[in-house]
Amino acid sequence: MSANKNTQTERRIIYLVLLVAVALPLIFPIGWKTEVSSYTKMAWELIENTPDSSVVLFSFDYDPSTITEIQPMAEAMLEHSFSRNQKIIAVALWPQGVQMADQAFTVALKKYPEKKYGVDYVNLGYKVAGIVAIQAMGKSMQEVFPSDQSGTKYENIPMLKKVKTLKDVAYICSLSSGTPGIKEWVMAARDPLGTPVTGGTTAVSAPGLLPYVNSQKQLYGLLGGLKAASEYETLINKIGSATIKMDAQSIAHLLILVFIIIGNIKAFYSRKRGAQ
Amino acid sequence: MKYKIPLVFAFVCGILVVISEFIPHRPFNMLITTLQDWFMIISGFAILLGQISLFQANIKKIKEKNKDWPFYLAGLISFTVMLIFGLLWGTQEYRGIFGQGEKIQATVGMKPFDYLFANAFMPLSSTMFSLLAFFIASAAYRAFIIRSFESNLLMITAVIVMLGRTSFGGMLTSWLPEGLKFLHLPNLSDFIMEFPNSAAQRAILISAALGIIGSSLRIILGIERSYLGGEK
Repeated sequence: MSANKNTQTERRIIYLVLLVAVALPLIFPIGWKTEVSSYTKMAWELIENTPDSSVVLFSFDYDPSTITEIQPMAEAMLEHSFSRNQKIIAVALWPQGVQMADQAFTVALKKYPEKKYGVDYVNLGYKVAGIVAIQAMGKSMQEVFPSDQSGTKYENIPMLKKVKTLKDVAYICSLSSGTPGIKEWVMAARDPLGTPVTGGTTAVSAPGLLPYVNSQKQLYGLLGGLKAASEYETLINKIGSATIKMDAQSIAHLLILVFIIIGNIKAFYSRKRGAQ
Repeated sequence: MKYKIPLVFAFVCGILVVISEFIPHRPFNMLITTLQDWFMIISGFAILLGQISLFQANIKKIKEKNKDWPFYLAGLISFTVMLIFGLLWGTQEYRGIFGQGEKIQATVGMKPFDYLFANAFMPLSSTMFSLLAFFIASAAYRAFIIRSFESNLLMITAVIVMLGRTSFGGMLTSWLPEGLKFLHLPNLSDFIMEFPNSAAQRAILISAALGIIGSSLRIILGIERSYLGGEK
């Protein structure tokens, strides 16, 4: 009973210390610099080297639970794409991805207010069926999305005049936190059609997707978690939410390391007492 | 008959999809396009079915006063409120039955559905996901203990990756000379992710793919019938 109570007390102390450690850097930012990894650089290079006026596709395959990690990536990548004068098609394979896209565009448009809906960007909305919807987009975009979010017919949207299938987009950027997401875009768009795919995901999902960043370039780089989002912000010279939150995440990681050390010291003394 | 017709459908559709991958020409490419359209239509109905099922399951639990029934009630009320607001005043892009709800928009700044989405659903969802950090911290304290060779290996890897994924980790070893840059924490962390991690992930991916092929064949050939329900 006493051991159980001790464990509960320890857990509460850990929660409290972590809460304070995460909150303080958010209130008083430290400003630690983040080094850019090769995966982030690769994704940045794909957008950077895509010619002006190319039509590109962003897929918002996540919901509000993961906005802390993925929304800063979406905002930074949209801003980068706008800065290269690319025309952006937004779609969503997750129902709440539509709202995520709207919010990301709202932020990006503050920096690029001259961008016009239908000419420079369009939100085609949500489509059910995941990988099958992607396969269908590979045959006809118009059949899958007969109109955009506001009901404008596909053929009446100026920037979509020359976009018949997924083969007509310069690259696909999937921001995903599960299934359907990046893996489905690789399987149904990159492999059969050859359209380059890049994207961003949560830190916990990234290890499962790294095998796709290979010599065949199934994935052109990958942004994994808040750190990658802050790396991307560094690359486009932006001090965004990821850069600010990165201090808090760094402190949290360090604190977890301290907890591991304390846990080991405690286990060592427990074993020693047991042996005696 | 109740089971035979779905089994025949599953066999014919499954075989058609497999053949179309190897012969992407008429008539298979046309048939597969039709099947894809069917799948998207059925998936749309599945959402509706899910909502009905959610209602039925929750109402049953509330009626029977199951454990934690007030939470099921809260879920149902939230669902109904969002549904009604969405139907009556629409969302950002769509009109509702009562139009655009200009008066409400003038008061709260956006439509009721969008207001609740932005100010209730989004913060609540993020909070649920953020709670993971507390559990991870507590689990790390109890689990990463030096016991054996394997546990040591796990702990050392975890420490390197964790430090390598922070801004502070990079600063810790930034003084290393060029010849020892491979020991730089972010580089070490990237190495672990790129080679040992990717190798293990590939093995898992290949095993999972083989498993999917096996279970798909069982479904196509009618050996696996649990998806039909009822019959064992």
